[in-house]
Amino acid sequence: MTALPTLLPTRRDEAWRYADLKTLGAIWPARQQQVRSLAGAALTLDDRITGNGWTDERIEISVGEGGSLTGTIEQAMDADGVTTQLYAITLAAGARADLTLINSGGRYGRLALDISLHEGATLDLGGAIVGGSDQTLEIVTHVRHLGPNATSRQTVRAVLGGTAVGSYLGQVAVARAAQKTDAEQSFKALLLDRGATANAKPELEIFADDVKCAHGASVGELDKLALFYFESRGIPPKQAEALLAQAFVDDAITRLPEGDARAALLARLASLVSAR
Amino acid sequence: MLTIENLSAEIDGKTILNGLTLSVGAGEVHAIMGPNGSGKSTLSYVLAGRAGYEVTGGSVTFMGKDLLAMAPHERAAAGVFLGLQYPVEIPGVSNLLFLRTALNAQRSSRGEAEATGAEFMKAAKVAAADMNLDFEMMKRSVNQGFSGGEKKRNEMIQMALLAPKLAILDETDSGLDIDALRVVSDGINRMRSPDRATLLITHYQRLLDHVQPDRVHVLMGGRIVRSGGPELALQLEAEGYAGIAAEAGLSNIMDAAA
Repeated sequence: MTALPTLLPTRRDEAWRYADLKTLGAIWPARQQQVRSLAGAALTLDDRITGNGWTDERIEISVGEGGSLTGTIEQAMDADGVTTQLYAITLAAGARADLTLINSGGRYGRLALDISLHEGATLDLGGAIVGGSDQTLEIVTHVRHLGPNATSRQTVRAVLGGTAVGSYLGQVAVARAAQKTDAEQSFKALLLDRGATANAKPELEIFADDVKCAHGASVGELDKLALFYFESRGIPPKQAEALLAQAFVDDAITRLPEGDARAALLARLASLVSAR
Repeated sequence: MLTIENLSAEIDGKTILNGLTLSVGAGEVHAIMGPNGSGKSTLSYVLAGRAGYEVTGGSVTFMGKDLLAMAPHERAAAGVFLGLQYPVEIPGVSNLLFLRTALNAQRSSRGEAEATGAEFMKAAKVAAADMNLDFEMMKRSVNQGFSGGEKKRNEMIQMALLAPKLAILDETDSGLDIDALRVVSDGINRMRSPDRATLLITHYQRLLDHVQPDRVHVLMGGRIVRSGGPELALQLEAEGYAGIAAEAGLSNIMDAAA
C-alpha cells in the first residue's frame, strides 16, 4: 500500500477489503493522483478535504532529525465526495508526529497513512470516524518501525449509524533492527443502528525480539445504564445520547484544539444521533 | 406529595413489587428498610423510570401528576431525584458539563432561564465544598476513578445543585466511612425543607442516627409490611427482620426476598 495501485483494487487486496469498490470503480478510469510534498524540522499540517468530487493525493512528508510534525487531517466532503488520500511520512531519528484524523464526510472516505519511524521517533495518532447513511469510511495505517527505541500510539474511535461501514486497518511492521519498539493500537467502535458495521484489523509483523506491541479492539452500543443516569438527572434522551457519543470519541481527539474542526465533529455526532 | 397505591412491578417477568402502598407528604423524611432482595432498589428505579422495570399494576401520583406516565427526564424536571446505590462512571464527560447540562435541561423544560456560566460555577463550588470534595474532581470525568465514598458524595452534590422536590436516596450510606457518613448526613439534613420530601432507602439503622426520619417502613416481599416511627428502626436493629417476616405471614426471611 505504499502507492495506490494503478489498477482498481480488488477485495483480495487486504488493504482494500472493506472499501467501497463500487463507487471507486465508477470513477477510477478518470484517476489523476496529485502529489504534494513537505519537508523540514518543524512542520504543521492542516488539511481540510471538502467538495463533492474526488480528492486523490499522495502527500510525502519528511520530518528531519529531532523535528516535529503536528496537525490535523479532516475529511469533511459533501454527500457524493470520494477521498483516497495517502500520507507517506518519514520520521527521522528522534522526530515526532502528533496527528489527528477526522474522517466523517463523503460517500467513500479513505485516509491512509504509511509512516516510517527511525531510531527514537514517536508517533501519536488519534483518529475519529463518524459516519451515517451508506457512507464507507476507513483509516488505514502502515506503521513501520525501522530503527530501535521508537514509539507509536494509535487511538481510533468510530461512531456509526445507518448502514455506514467504518474500518480501521492497522498494520505495524517491526524491522529486525527495531529493538525496544513500543507500539500500541486501540480501536473502539460505537454502533448506533443495527445496520451499521465496524471492521477492525490490527496486523503485526515483527522481526525483532525485544518489543512491546499491544492492540485492542471493541465494538459496542450506547451504554443503557449511562443513558438512564443522564436521563434521571433531567437530560432528554437525544441529548444524553449525543453527549455519550461525543465522550466516546474523546480519547481520539485529545490533541485536537478547540476550534472549527472539533466543533464540526461534535455537531456531526449530535446530528447523527438525532437523525435516528 | 408522593402517593403510591398498590404498586406492582416486574423485571424479566419476575414479580418484585407486589401491591406496595406508601404516602409521603411534603417536608417529610421517610425511611424504607428491608432485607436484601426485598425490592428496595426496584422501588427506586420504578419511581425514576428506568427501562426494564415494568409496572404491572397500581399507580404513583407525584404532586398531583401521574408519575408513571412521564419519561425519566420529565420526572427529573418535575422534581424527582434518584441518588443511585452504584453511581455510574462516564468516561469523557466532565462532572461540571454533566451537571450544567442537567441543570439547564431541567430549567428549560420548566420554562425557566438557564443558569449562566458564572452562576453555575459559583453554585458548583459551594456544593462541592459542602460535601468536602476537592473542586478539581468536579472537572474530572463523571465518577471515573472516584472511590465509593466520593461517588456517593458526588450524588449529594448533584442533589444539592438540582434541588429536587422529592429525593430518593438508594443506600446512599453504603460504602461510606464514619466521617463521610456524617458529611453525607449533614448534606441530607441541609436539604430538609417544608416543600421537599425525602425517601431514604437503607439496610441499616446507622444513617438514621444522623438523619432522623418522620416515618419508617419495612419492605418485604415487594410490599410495605409494617410502618412506624423512628423507634421501628431501632427495633429492627435489635431484632432483625425475622420477627416481622413471620408476623407478615412470610414463612421465613428468604421468602421475604421476592
